[in-house]
Amino acid sequence: MDSRKLTAFLLAASLMAFTGCGSKDEDEGFGQGGGGGNNTVAATTALGTASITGTVTLSGKAPAAPVIAMDADPVCKSQHATSPKDELVTADAKGNLANVFVYVKDGAGSTAAPATPVTLLQKGCMYSPHVFGIQVGQPLEIVNGDPTLHNIHCMAVTNDAFNVGQPSQNMATEKKFSKPEVLVKFKCDVHSWMHCCAGVVTNPFFSVTGADGAYKISQLPKGTYTLVAVHEKYGESQPQTVTLADGASQAVNFTFAAQ
Amino acid sequence: MSPRETAPYHPALHRYALVTAGCTFLLLLAGALVTSTGSSLAVPDWPLSFGKFFPEMKGGVLFEHGHRMVAGTVAILMLGLAITTQVMEQRAWVKKLAWVAMGAIVLQAVLGGATVLLHLPTQISVAHAGLAQIFFCLIVSLTLVTSQGWIEAGPNSLADRPSSLRFWATLTTAVTYLQILVGAVTRHSGSGLAIPDWPLSFGQLLPPEWSASIALQFSHTRIGAFIVLYLITHTAYRVCLHYPEVDALRLPAAAAGLLVWLQCFLGLIVIATSKDVVPTSLHVIVGAATLASLMVLTLNSHHLFKKGPVS
Repeated sequence: MDSRKLTAFLLAASLMAFTGCGSKDEDEGFGQGGGGGNNTVAATTALGTASITGTVTLSGKAPAAPVIAMDADPVCKSQHATSPKDELVTADAKGNLANVFVYVKDGAGSTAAPATPVTLLQKGCMYSPHVFGIQVGQPLEIVNGDPTLHNIHCMAVTNDAFNVGQPSQNMATEKKFSKPEVLVKFKCDVHSWMHCCAGVVTNPFFSVTGADGAYKISQLPKGTYTLVAVHEKYGESQPQTVTLADGASQAVNFTFAAQ
Repeated sequence: MSPRETAPYHPALHRYALVTAGCTFLLLLAGALVTSTGSSLAVPDWPLSFGKFFPEMKGGVLFEHGHRMVAGTVAILMLGLAITTQVMEQRAWVKKLAWVAMGAIVLQAVLGGATVLLHLPTQISVAHAGLAQIFFCLIVSLTLVTSQGWIEAGPNSLADRPSSLRFWATLTTAVTYLQILVGAVTRHSGSGLAIPDWPLSFGQLLPPEWSASIALQFSHTRIGAFIVLYLITHTAYRVCLHYPEVDALRLPAAAAGLLVWLQCFLGLIVIATSKDVVPTSLHVIVGAATLASLMVLTLNSHHLFKKGPVS
């Protein structure tokens, strides 16, 4: 750890101890705050008309999703007619695997980040979406949709980690990532079952599989790309290379082995 | 610790110190539960909790904010103890000891805040855990030196007897504290289950591969555990052999001798249950109780074997 940062903290903490100052906004100092931004990635790639579609499947028997016991917080429990299941591995009877982040790992360059934020909602003490993609510099709006408190603990490794509290409903916190990182994990330490993850990339050429295991990456310019699928539990797939002409659409499927 | 000082016994001061020591032990348990339940960052801000003095006590907040509440109570008790000692106690070194303990808990609070705001850096989490043990030993020491038994015993009680126990008790206490620190590094660096089996390592006598985590866990659960077990057993045996009639030595030695076996057993349960909350938390506080017993033994041995004018 940076010793200057620690020294600065100790001085600040001592001051707070004597002045009784709160630290409601301190997370800005440890998170991205206004860092990152749209200018960190040069816009070099123009959008095109080609696309990649495909399905991600799980071979072998999918592990049973554990039922989440929300007894620790009655507010959470009251929002579900039946106890929800953990979304770490979500596969249907045919083995179609949901919540897989598929992206162009190589060959697509970078584009300017959109100003439209990606929203991560905490509702029913679950994260929605469970897996999402976001561009470097794009705003991430984290919203507390529950009438209970949450903390959002981002365990980024390449980017700065952050941990912010949202003690009341409809609170929103905005963050940005300054570097690409796949996958960034999030959790709530108040509700130990809450976890989700994000793929942070430098262009919009990514997708997340739905309940049917399908995905689609659109607006690719012609070219040759390396594609990978990344799952929260099973990690990164073997890369696949695909060459696209203008307006072409090609299918690329991935399979993970169940463990 | 000047032998010329006179030291009248103040029952109220001693009982106050005893209550503070008991609350500090509960504080250690509360702190152990925070880490064991993974609640360390459930409250993201400090010194307030979610911007409030008292947030909703649910989920991980119950453990983290509960720890802060117990810590606040102990800090207030400690301030009262330091002031009471300053007023009632005549021995200057005891007054200093009380204020050192007060300083330790203030530093401990700052380290606790730092580890939350900086997202649990291992160095600060380990410092917080290590200082917790030192603070507990300081409070136990204050309780001991304000007791009637300590004051009435005075120097020369065993001055004509072989005094090598002082060396063994001091060495054992120091090594046990070192073992606790290695355990804290193992725990806070996430290395507790780096070797999933015991006594073998991945089914072999020595781990087939070494990493920092494996080396840490191996040092704590094999080398350190064996050394501490030997030293405490050896020291307790010497006490039972040479000073069976001296309660001030026999009782803490017997306590340490029993606790260290319980501690080893709990360590095995921690591995076998993949760090279940209950055995993991008990492992922390039994370690503290073992160290405190050794601290009492060490202080008593130095006190009773000391040569000089009777106070």
